[in-house]
Amino acid sequence: MGSHGIRDRVAIVAMGCTRFAEHWDKGVEDLLLDATGEAFASAGATKDEVDAYWLGTAQSGMSGMVLAKPLQLEGKPVTRVENLCATGSEALRQAAYAVASGAYDVAMAVGVEKVKDGGHQGLNAFPIPTDGTNRTLTAAAMFSMAAPAYARRYGVDSDELRTVLARIASKNHFNGARNPRAQFRREMSVERLCAMPAVAGGLSVFDCAGVADGAAAAIVVRAEDAHRYTDHPLYIKALSFVAGNGSGLTDPGYDYTTFPEVVRTAADAYAQAGVTDPRAELAMAEVHDCFTPTELVLMEDLGFAARGTAWKEVLAGTYDLGGDLPVNPDGGLKSFGHPVGASGLRMTFEAWLQLRGEAPPERRIATVGDRTLALTHNLGGYPGEMVSFVSIVGTEPSA
Amino acid sequence: MGRRGIVSHGVHLPYRRLDRSEIRPVAGTGGGTGTRTVASYDEDTTTMGVEAGRQALRDAPAGMVPAALWFATTTPAYADKTNATAIHAALRLDGSVPAFDANGSVRSALGALRAALDGTAPALVVAADVRTGLPGGADEATGGDGAAALVAGPVGDDAGDLLAEVVGWGSATEEFLDRWRAPGDAHARRWEGRFGEGRYLALGQRAWDDALKDAGLVADQVDRVLVVGAHGRAVAGVAKALGVAAKVPEAVAGLDGAVGFTGAAHPALALAAALDTAAPGEVLALVVLADGADVVVWRTTDAVADRARRSTRPVAAQLAAGGPVPYGKALAWRGFLPVAPPNRPEPARPSAPAAARSSDWKFGFVGSQGADGTVHLPPVPTDDHARPMADATGTIVTFTVDRLAYSPSPPVVFAVVDFDGGGRLPVELTDVDAADVAIGGRVEMTFRRLFTADGIHNYFWKARPLRPAGEG
Repeated sequence: MGSHGIRDRVAIVAMGCTRFAEHWDKGVEDLLLDATGEAFASAGATKDEVDAYWLGTAQSGMSGMVLAKPLQLEGKPVTRVENLCATGSEALRQAAYAVASGAYDVAMAVGVEKVKDGGHQGLNAFPIPTDGTNRTLTAAAMFSMAAPAYARRYGVDSDELRTVLARIASKNHFNGARNPRAQFRREMSVERLCAMPAVAGGLSVFDCAGVADGAAAAIVVRAEDAHRYTDHPLYIKALSFVAGNGSGLTDPGYDYTTFPEVVRTAADAYAQAGVTDPRAELAMAEVHDCFTPTELVLMEDLGFAARGTAWKEVLAGTYDLGGDLPVNPDGGLKSFGHPVGASGLRMTFEAWLQLRGEAPPERRIATVGDRTLALTHNLGGYPGEMVSFVSIVGTEPSA
Repeated sequence: MGRRGIVSHGVHLPYRRLDRSEIRPVAGTGGGTGTRTVASYDEDTTTMGVEAGRQALRDAPAGMVPAALWFATTTPAYADKTNATAIHAALRLDGSVPAFDANGSVRSALGALRAALDGTAPALVVAADVRTGLPGGADEATGGDGAAALVAGPVGDDAGDLLAEVVGWGSATEEFLDRWRAPGDAHARRWEGRFGEGRYLALGQRAWDDALKDAGLVADQVDRVLVVGAHGRAVAGVAKALGVAAKVPEAVAGLDGAVGFTGAAHPALALAAALDTAAPGEVLALVVLADGADVVVWRTTDAVADRARRSTRPVAAQLAAGGPVPYGKALAWRGFLPVAPPNRPEPARPSAPAAARSSDWKFGFVGSQGADGTVHLPPVPTDDHARPMADATGTIVTFTVDRLAYSPSPPVVFAVVDFDGGGRLPVELTDVDAADVAIGGRVEMTFRRLFTADGIHNYFWKARPLRPAGEG
């Protein structure tokens, strides 16, 4: 028994990512063709050279044929995966394991979501027949409970915390404004963000992820084959996943200031990658900022700040584009938008750009060079019952 | 067949009260003074019946299991389908206890009571109503929403279990048209009041005479008289004609001004209010004017003075515990003022088989308990023991107000509740104003209708602030 990981056995050799936006003029098929086309071109490979596909979509289609049909794949295995908002990461994880197992030489992970065809605001899960006793609260309201809980536990004044949360949103808007693929490309001041009316707990609409359509794709191969496709592969250092058992909802000991599933995936990923001081070793992190309090809590759960101190780090600019540890340099879910099945791979896409020096100059981070690792964190669900994914990728294979 | 009568009673008055003076400025007419009760958007006759039934069973002598459940209302949540079965499930009555609806008219409540008294063992008689009327009309202002329940029936030769023994019953039945409502209509229509008033004066007198004869009493021996009916002038006229206007207890007369006429629930509500304040050995006459007249004569027992037998949630305390509802909201709750919902999908209908599988949880609010004592809400299949939680009280650990989620009456106020004695549940709050919710607030559970989809009412439990009336 043991979680050993596949450190440096698999490499990402190509990626693609559409702009995340309200793509009224594009369907699932168009988005899939755009993202996979960019990845194929980047690798200099054709769809036939990919041996197996993993398609992540939460609710934009059923089965692998959602990908096989628009790409007109001939006799290829395509596995459709779903793991709530971590669906895109799950696709990458399965594709990487398939290559690591030796079953396939080349695999592609694709994530897509077409959420703006639904006609309603926000993200809405399709209904599964139940006894009717399940909660119907929005995710915004569930995550909003983390903010007062954090303020109470660490003695942070509620107005001060409001500023901290606005600071997180403002940072992500700043970064997104420098990202042509992001949904929202406008800077937002802390003052304006603080003045927004609350819609869920203390959260305003601007504390919530953007809702967008989009797709992203990655091609993975055995590490020793990577240089056939690119001079600058990203080596997969760690892939960790936990599906919570929901005990946080019913455990009187749970206080909404931490997400235990995230703590576990982070510890597992750091062990797989041999990371002992993430704050100092990581060049950047893409984290699941579905709501501003989520990003605040994640800074501590991922070990980027000591318990009770992340709010000070946020105010100090630690996670800014030019900070000690840039977080969500691409704008995050907040600004880049959140097409559910694509978001996990979108996070990896930013690591792909930044670690390889391909990010546009206006948002290029300064930590790359000395540091060669990036972390992506992707979650789905709610405080108390969530799935969590952490990956670590790097430009250098370990010695 | 021994002594027959009332063993216990329970009342549910909705928390929300409409100030009748709010009506005229909006509707241009109608309204009046005082308040009426308004069932919340998440209440219907079934949910209010559950609350009243819980209270009646709670106040019944320990171990008393009703032999049957009767449910009467003029505004049933379902037609074709029995409504009493949901109440039966929420009260966790054994499957061998039959549950019957006696629905459609105010008088059906008397039929249910009669069936219980004529039975072989005490039964639970639940009556509830949501009284609607067009804005500005008399029914809107004089009506009230609520539920009342009686455990009633034969108890053998020892009257000690009874609060009041039935000593006479007189009925007068006649077909005539005073008020009517087509099934599905939101309000009733009425014939010219003078016609019905005349019929009720005659019917009331006949039933009164027969009831006294049945009881072997004369009018002077009746201490208190409760006259109940939808026709306000007839109610006052009959009291006057019988010469009993001065014998109407203040606790019952006051219901008109604070609650309104609660339809099928009103006979049992008036009885409960009277019994809350009655002394031993009093003779009470209940006069119900509804498509005929029924007069039921009762004699209270020593038990009404027994503190242990007094209601733990008396009518007066529930009257004092209400909170206001704006007229616009009251109209919206009854469908007279459709309000734009949040742009979110409406919830899907609950699955009938899934609901049936989890009936103890969904209707009875029964969790489970593991070997280590941990309480699970909802229950988990690996626990061996059921843990009934409907009567548990708890404390708000944290809460949020959701203005985005779908609700029949936004916003959704939602809290994480830790129950005394173990168990935690994130659950919706009701009967509460968002601004008044606080961490540390105390709550109790109440049976509600979360929403209706495809005509299916989705019943489950919510938490509501524990108010003085609830602390007994």
